[in-house]
Amino acid sequence: MTRASRREMVGGSVDFDEVSVEDVSRHFGRRRAVSRVTFRAARGMIVGLLGPNGAGKSTLLAMLATVLRPSSGAIRYGSLDATAGPALRSRIGVLGHDLFLYPELTARENLAFFAGLYGIADSDACARAALERAQLDTRRDDPVASFSRGMRQRVALERALIHDPRLALLDEPFTGLDDASTEALLGRLKALRHGGAIVILATHDLDLAEGLLDTALFLRDGRNVETLSAPGGLRSTYRTVIGR
Amino acid sequence: MLRAIWLIVRKDLTVEVRSRELAYTTLFFAISCVLVFAFSLVQEGRAAEGVGAGVLWMTIMFAGNLALGRTFERERQSETLRALMLVPAPRPAVYLGKLTGIVLLLLLTEGVLVPLVALLFQAELLAHPFWLVSVVAMGTLGFAAVGTLFAAMLVRARSRDVLLPVLLYPITVPVIIAGVRGTMAIAQPDFEVAVVRFWFSLLVAFDVVFITLALWTFEPVMTD
Amino acid sequence: MPKWFSPAVLVCGVMFAISPLVIAQAPYESTMGLVQKVFYYHMPSAWVFLTASVVCGIASARFLATGNPRHDRTALAAAEMAVLFGLVTLVTGPLWARKAWGTWWVWDARITSSLVGWMIAWAYLILRQYGGPGSEKLAAGLALFGMANVPFIYVSVNYWRTIHPATTVVPKLPFSMGFPLLFCLAAFYFLMFLLMKLRVRVAEQQARLDAIYLSLDEQA
Repeated sequence: MTRASRREMVGGSVDFDEVSVEDVSRHFGRRRAVSRVTFRAARGMIVGLLGPNGAGKSTLLAMLATVLRPSSGAIRYGSLDATAGPALRSRIGVLGHDLFLYPELTARENLAFFAGLYGIADSDACARAALERAQLDTRRDDPVASFSRGMRQRVALERALIHDPRLALLDEPFTGLDDASTEALLGRLKALRHGGAIVILATHDLDLAEGLLDTALFLRDGRNVETLSAPGGLRSTYRTVIGR
Repeated sequence: MLRAIWLIVRKDLTVEVRSRELAYTTLFFAISCVLVFAFSLVQEGRAAEGVGAGVLWMTIMFAGNLALGRTFERERQSETLRALMLVPAPRPAVYLGKLTGIVLLLLLTEGVLVPLVALLFQAELLAHPFWLVSVVAMGTLGFAAVGTLFAAMLVRARSRDVLLPVLLYPITVPVIIAGVRGTMAIAQPDFEVAVVRFWFSLLVAFDVVFITLALWTFEPVMTD
Repeated sequence: MPKWFSPAVLVCGVMFAISPLVIAQAPYESTMGLVQKVFYYHMPSAWVFLTASVVCGIASARFLATGNPRHDRTALAAAEMAVLFGLVTLVTGPLWARKAWGTWWVWDARITSSLVGWMIAWAYLILRQYGGPGSEKLAAGLALFGMANVPFIYVSVNYWRTIHPATTVVPKLPFSMGFPLLFCLAAFYFLMFLLMKLRVRVAEQQARLDAIYLSLDEQA
C-alpha cells in the first residue's frame, strides 16, 4: 500500500506545511506547566523538546495533539487550528508516555483497531505491514500484555504512525529500546523527515538526540530557556542551561 | 461515525471475551446483592408484597455502578481513552461505543437476574415478557446513558470511585422510580396496560432527553 | 466591594430582625397556632432554593458553551445558595408538617423532588471539592443534567405514590399572599442576592490571586 493511496483513504483532506506555537501557556490552578513557549516546526524537520522531568514537555505535546487547550497563546497548523476537529486529528499521530495500547488485545488487533478508526480501509493488512516494519511479525497474535516494555514501545510507535500523519508527536520514544530497535527508530525518524513529516519529540536521551534534531528546545519549569538550530554539543548546552 | 462506534463495541467485546472478567464479576456481584436483599427482606419464608421489583432495580443500579467504574478503569490503563479522543471520528462516537458495550453487559446480567429475583422473591415478573423486556431495557439504557457520561468524565478526576455513585444516583432517580413502578405493575395480578405504558413512556422520554444531552456535552466536558 | 454593599447588608439585617414582628402581625391561623409562622420562613427559602438551582443550571450551561470563568463562579455561588437555602427549607418543612399533618416527613411530590434536587446541588459541591483539577467543567455538566432532570423528577415522584394524584397529600396551603409573606420573600431574596455577590467576589479574588501567582512565576 503506497503512502499516497493510504492517505487518500483517510477521512478529511486537510494538510499543512508548518506548525507554529505562539506564546503558548498552560496552567493548572496555580501551577504553571508551560510558560510562554514559542517556536515553529516546518515540513521535513525534527524538533526536540529537552528538559528534566516536570519541565512541561508532555503538557506541550498534549496541547499540540489538541487534547489540551492552551490557557493563553495559540497553536496553528498552517492556517488551521484545533477547531478543525476530526479533519485535523487525522493528520496527527501521537506516541504517548502511556503507550495507548490495550493489553488484552494482540499486537495485530491493537493496530487494526486504530487503523480502522483512522479511516484506513484494509486495516488488517495495514496492521500486518506495520508489524513487519517493527520486526514483531512473529508475535503479532500475542496479547500486548505479554510483551516487554521495549516491544510495547515498538508497537505503540507503529500505532502512532499507522495513518501516515503529517505531524508526529512522540513522548520519550526511545524508552526501553535496545540498540537494534534504537537504530531502527532513528532510521524511521529520518525517513519521516525525508518524507516531509513534521516530527516533534520529547526526550531525555541527549546522546541520541545529538545529530538527529534540526532544532532543540530546552525547557525548564515550563519555560523555553534556549533554542538551538542545527545543534551540536547538546549535553554541554543542557548542563549550562538547565544546570542539572 | 457508525464505523467508529462499531469498531469500539467490537473491541470491547473482544477484550471481554478474552478475559470475561467484567461479565463474571458483575454477574457474581449482582447475585450477591440479591442474596443480601433476600436475607434482609424475606421474613418467615415470604417476601413482602412487591419487593421483588425493588430488589431487581436496586441490584441493577449497584451492579451497573460497578461495571461502569470497571469499564473506564480499563480505559485508564495506558490512557487509551485519550487515544480514542485523538482519532478523527466525531467524539460522541466514543460515548456511543462505550454506551453500547455497557448496555449489552447489563442486559446480559439482567437475563440472569430477572428469573433469579422472580424466583427468590415470589414475584410474577415473567407474566408479561414483552413489557418486562421493554421496561427493563429502557431503564437500563437511561441509567447507562447518564452513567457512561459521568464515568468518562471522572476518568481523570480524583476520588473517582466514590464520586460516580454520588453523581449518578440522584440524577437517575426518575429511572429507578419508573423502573420499579413499571415492573411492579407488570408483576401485579390485576395487570393494567395503561399503567405500564405510562412508566415505559417516561423512561423513553428520559432516555431521549439524556442521550441527546450527553451527546452535546461529551466533547466539552472531556476536553480540558 | 461596591459602596452600596455595607448599607445593603444593614438593611437586610434589619429586615430579618423585624421579620418576627411583621409575622406576628399576620392573622393567627386557627388550627395550627404559632408553628404556622414557620411557614413564613419556609416558603421564601424554598423559592430561593429553586431560584438558586435554576441560576446554577443556566450559569453552568453558559460556562460549558463559552468557557468564561465568570459563569463558573456564578454557578458555584448559586450551588452553595441552593444547598444552604435548601437545607433551611428541608428543616423548616418538617417543623411545620409535624404540626399540620402530625408527621415529620411526607413523601409528597414537591417535598421529595426538592430533596432530590437538593442532593444534586450537594453532589455538585462535593464534585468541585474532591474532584481535583478540572472538576469545574465536570460539575457544570452535572448541573446541566440536574436542571434537565427537574420535570422528570417531579413527574416520577408525583406518580410514584399513587397513579391517581388527585388524592394529593398536601392540602391547599392555607395562606394568603399577605404583606408578611411578601416581606419575608423580599428579605430572603435580598439575602440571597447579597450572599451571592459576596461569594462571587471571594471567588474572583481567588482567581485574581492565582493570576498574580502565575505572573510572579513568570518574572522569576
